[in-house]
Amino acid sequence: MGSNMAENHPVGFQWPMEARRRGAKLIHVDPRYTRTSAMANTYVPIRAGTDIAFLGGIVNYILEHERDFREYVVRYTNAPVIIHEDFKDTEDLDGYFSGWDPEQKKYDNTSWQYAGMATHGAAGEREMGSTRGEAAGHGAAGGHLRHGEPPEEDETLKHPRCVYQLLKKHYARYTPELVAEICGCSEEQLIEVAESLCDNSGRERTSAFCYAVGWTQHSVGVQIIRTASIIQLLLGNIGRPGGGIMALRGHASIQGSTDVPTLYNILPGYIPMPHAHAHEDLDEFIELNAAPTGYWGNLRDYFVSLMKAWWGEHATSANDFCFDYLPRITGDHSAYQSALGMLDGKVKGYLVLGENPAVGNSNSRIHRLAMANLDWLVVRDYTEVESAAFWKDGPEIETGELVTDEIATEVFLLPAATHVEKDGSFTNTQRLLQWHFKAVEPEGDCRSDLWFAYHLGLRLREKLSGSEEERDRPLLELTWAYPTQGEHADPSAEAVLREINGCDSEGKALPGYTELKDDGSTACGVWIYSGCFADEVNGPAKKVPGQDQTWVAPEWGWAWPANRRILYNRASADPDGKPWSERKRYVWWDEGQGKWVGEDVPDFEETKRPDYDPPDDARGPDAIRGDHPFIMQAAGRGWLFAPSGVVDGPLPTHYEPHESPFDNPLYSVRSNPARQEFPRKNNEYAAEGDDAYPFVLTSYRLTEHHTAGGMSRTTRYLSELQPELFCEVSPELAAEQGLEHGGWATIVSPRTAIEARVLVTERLRPLTVQGRQVHQVGLPYHWGFKGLVTGDSANDLFPIVLDPNVHIQEVKAASCDIRPGRRPRGPDLPRYVESKRPPTVIREGKQDIDP
Amino acid sequence: MKLGSLIGSWPVVRQLEGDPRALGRAARSPRQATIEPRTRGASHVVKSVCPFCAVGCGQLVYVRDGQVDQIEGDPDSPISRGRLCPKGSATKSLVTSPLREYKVKYRRPYGRDWEELSLDEAMDMIADRVIATRAESWEEEREGKKTRRCMGIAHLGGATLDIEENYLLKKLYTALGIVQVENQARI
Repeated sequence: MGSNMAENHPVGFQWPMEARRRGAKLIHVDPRYTRTSAMANTYVPIRAGTDIAFLGGIVNYILEHERDFREYVVRYTNAPVIIHEDFKDTEDLDGYFSGWDPEQKKYDNTSWQYAGMATHGAAGEREMGSTRGEAAGHGAAGGHLRHGEPPEEDETLKHPRCVYQLLKKHYARYTPELVAEICGCSEEQLIEVAESLCDNSGRERTSAFCYAVGWTQHSVGVQIIRTASIIQLLLGNIGRPGGGIMALRGHASIQGSTDVPTLYNILPGYIPMPHAHAHEDLDEFIELNAAPTGYWGNLRDYFVSLMKAWWGEHATSANDFCFDYLPRITGDHSAYQSALGMLDGKVKGYLVLGENPAVGNSNSRIHRLAMANLDWLVVRDYTEVESAAFWKDGPEIETGELVTDEIATEVFLLPAATHVEKDGSFTNTQRLLQWHFKAVEPEGDCRSDLWFAYHLGLRLREKLSGSEEERDRPLLELTWAYPTQGEHADPSAEAVLREINGCDSEGKALPGYTELKDDGSTACGVWIYSGCFADEVNGPAKKVPGQDQTWVAPEWGWAWPANRRILYNRASADPDGKPWSERKRYVWWDEGQGKWVGEDVPDFEETKRPDYDPPDDARGPDAIRGDHPFIMQAAGRGWLFAPSGVVDGPLPTHYEPHESPFDNPLYSVRSNPARQEFPRKNNEYAAEGDDAYPFVLTSYRLTEHHTAGGMSRTTRYLSELQPELFCEVSPELAAEQGLEHGGWATIVSPRTAIEARVLVTERLRPLTVQGRQVHQVGLPYHWGFKGLVTGDSANDLFPIVLDPNVHIQEVKAASCDIRPGRRPRGPDLPRYVESKRPPTVIREGKQDIDP
Repeated sequence: MKLGSLIGSWPVVRQLEGDPRALGRAARSPRQATIEPRTRGASHVVKSVCPFCAVGCGQLVYVRDGQVDQIEGDPDSPISRGRLCPKGSATKSLVTSPLREYKVKYRRPYGRDWEELSLDEAMDMIADRVIATRAESWEEEREGKKTRRCMGIAHLGGATLDIEENYLLKKLYTALGIVQVENQARI
C-alpha cells in the first residue's frame, strides 16, 4: 500500500515476485492500477487519502475475530497496559482525544499516559518541555517506569482501560460497510485482504507491508504508518523474517540523511536538538530526553561522545561538554517554514545542494517566489536545475509576476561531482551502508559536497580566526582536520566515516556503541553507526559476493546498528527464547552456550537470559526483561498505543484529507485537527467540499524519472522514454469533461492551473463513496522548465499543508478541476486561476508559523 | 561455401545439434564471433552503488582512458543480483549528460544573465555572505532563553548526498548556529 513498487523500485520488486513464485500472496491496495497491481494476486482500488480507514478496518477485523497472535501480543506489546483514567477516545469526544487545546491546535498528552505512574506527567512534561507539541526526537521514552515495567496491567486483556480494549473500542465502527463507504472499495475486498493477512501470520507464517510516499505525503502520514504498525504487532509480524514494515525510500541515501541528519530537529543518531525553553543545561537535556530504562537510557554516553567528536579537547565535564555550543530550536524550523520565512523577509541566504524545490516541493510556485526574495542563493548540482534558473526562465517571468530586472537574489551555481567521481557511502532503504569507490576524477570546477563543506568550513574559520565574538567559538574550536588528497585537496571520506564510527581515548576505532562512555574518553560522530569501522576496517566497503555467503549476507556492506539485518529480532523467538516455529527460526537462545545465536546478529544483550527479571533499581538496558524484545522502548514492548512521541493522537483515526470532496462519516471533525495550515496569498485552499474543485488529485512517480527531474530529465535515454507530462483520467471522467486521449487538459487547483497531455485509461476508475461517484486525476510530478524535456510542474497545484509530526506535505490527495484544452499563457494565467476561484476559497487565516 | 557447411549453417540444423530452443549457439551469427563486449576494453572496473532510489543496487563502473565507458549491474550484490532498472541502466548518460555544468555560474543581483566566476572567488564570496548574513540575523536569545542561532540562513539538501557529506554539513551548520537544515527526507 502507498507504493507502486514494481515501477518505482523495480529491482527491489524482484523479491516480492520471487516470494509469489514460492506461494506468497501479493496484494496491492492503491488508488491507481499500476504494474504493481498487474503483478499482484489481488488489487483493491481505494480513494486517495483513505488508508487509515482501510487499515483500521483490518484492525477491527483482527480484534473482532480474535485473530491476533495472543502470546506475542500479551508479552511483546503494550496491549495489557492500563491507561490513565482521564483518557478519552475520539469515540467519546466526536473526533478529538482528551487534551485538545483548540486555541493552540495542539494536544497535551498527559491523559494518554500509563495509569499509576508515579509522576504521570513525565512524558507530558517532556512534550511541554519541547513546547508546541515537538515530541522527543526518538519518541521512545514512555515515562519513568520502575524497573522497566508499567505499573498496572491486565494480562487477560479484559480491563476496560487496557490498551487492547481501548483499541477495540476505537476501531469498532471500522466495519467493512464503513470502510467501503469511505474508501470506495467493496466490503468483500476488505475482508479478503484482512483474512489473507491473518491466514499468513502466526507461528508458521509472516506477512510484510511495503509502503512509500503514498503513505507519508498526507496530513495524517505518520498515523497511516502507525496503523500498519498496530496490525503488524497484533499479528506478530515485527522482528521476524518475512515480516515488518518496509519503507521504500526514493533516494539513494534518504535513510542515511535521516540517520546522519541534515534535519533541523535532530542531531546524529536521532538525538534531539536541544530546545531553548526545556534544555538549559546538559543534565536537564539528558533528564528530559533519556528514558531511564531501555537503550535510550544510555543517551548521555551517545551525546557526550558526539560532543567529543565535534569539539575534541574543548569539550570537558567542566563545561558540560560544550552543550552551550549547540544552537537551540523553538518550534518547527522545517523546509516549508524556511520558504515562508523567505517570503516574509526573515531568511536571506539559502544553500540548495542536490535538491530542486522549484519543482520538487509542494506548491513549488511559492518556493520560486520565495527564492526571488532572497539576498543570496547557492545551488550545487550537476546541471542548471530550475531552482538555479527561476530568475530568468521561471513561469512567473512569463506571467509577469516576477521581473528579472527587479529580482535582487544573487545566485551561485556550483557544479557538483557525481557518485562515480568521489568516494563515499549511501545508506539504503534497509539501513545498509554501501560504499561507492571513486572511478574517475571530476572535471573542471566539479567538486563533491564533501569538498564544499570542508573548504567552506576552512574559509569561514580562516576569515573569523581573530574573532573575539563568543558566537564564533564553536566554529573556531570545531574539530576540522581531515587528511586531504589530490590536486583539489579532497578531504578523505574514509577519515570522516572513521570519525562517525568513533574512537577511544587512544585513538583506536571503536567496536560499537556499547563501548561509548559519558566521561569524555570516547568520541563518536553517529552512535548508531558505531562499529561501521570496527577493527579499522571500512564495513560499508565489504563486498563479499552474495552467492558466497548465507542468505542474510552479513558480509555485504554494513547495516546499523551492529551490522544487524532485522531489528528487534529477539521477537523471532518466543518468550522462552525458542523459535516460534522451525519454519521461521531466526534468532534464539542457546542454553548450552548461554547466549543468543542465529542467522543474524541478535538484537539483544548477548548473554541476557530469556527469564531475566530486572531488580527494582535497574536502569538502562538492565531494566529490560529477558522476554521483552523492543529494547529501544522504555518498557521493551511494541506500542499499540503511543502515550507520547506522536502529537496528533495515541491511536490513528480516519480524517479526510485537508482538501476533500467528502465529509468524515465518523466524526463532525473533518480533517486532522492538528495539521499545520498556512492559508495566505499564493497558498489558497479549497473550502470544505467545494464544488469548484470536485475531483481528487493525486501525484506519483514514473519508472523513467527521478523526483524533480534533475537526475533524469537531464539524461538522453530517460528523456526520450518519458518526454512529456500527462494526466491519467478514467474513460468516464473523460466523457464527462470532454477530454480527448492524446489531447490537452488544463488542471486547476485553488493555487494555479497547469496543462498536461490526456491519457484516458481504465487504470483509474470512478469510485462510489458515500453513495456518489467520485473521479480521481493522477499526475506524475517530474517536469519543470529546464532540462532536455520540459513541462508544467504538478507540484504547482498542491498546497502547503503539513503532517504535524514530521511536517511533510500532503501531495497525495487534494482537490482539482479538469478541463479540455491548453491553459492560458502569460498574464492571462493568473487571471484565469482567479476567475475559477469561488468566493468560498480560503485566502487567509491563522498560520501555523513557528519563529 | 561448401554445401556441407551451408547446410550446417542452417538454423534448424544448428538447433538439432544440441540447442533445441535456439537460445545459444544456434542463434549466433558469423559476425558475433568477431565482436566482443565494449566493457572488455576497460582499463579497470570500480564497484559502485546506484545513485537513484534507495534500493541500493550494485553497479560496476567500467573506466577507459580516465573516462566512464560503461556502467552495469553488479552480479555480486545480494540486493540486486546484477539487475538495474531503466534509471540505473541510464547512469552513464547521467554522469555524461550533455547538460552537465563544469564551470561556476554567477548571477549578480538584478542581473539579466549568468557571468563567469572562478571557483576560488565563488567560495570566497559565499563565505563572506554566510558571515555577513549570520552576523545580521544572529539571535542570542528569544523570550529570555538562550538560543544562540542564526535564523537568516537555511539549507536544503538532496538525499543522494553521501552520509559523510551530510555529516560534515550538519557539523558545520550546527557550529555556525544555523538550525534551518533540511533535506529531501521531509519532502
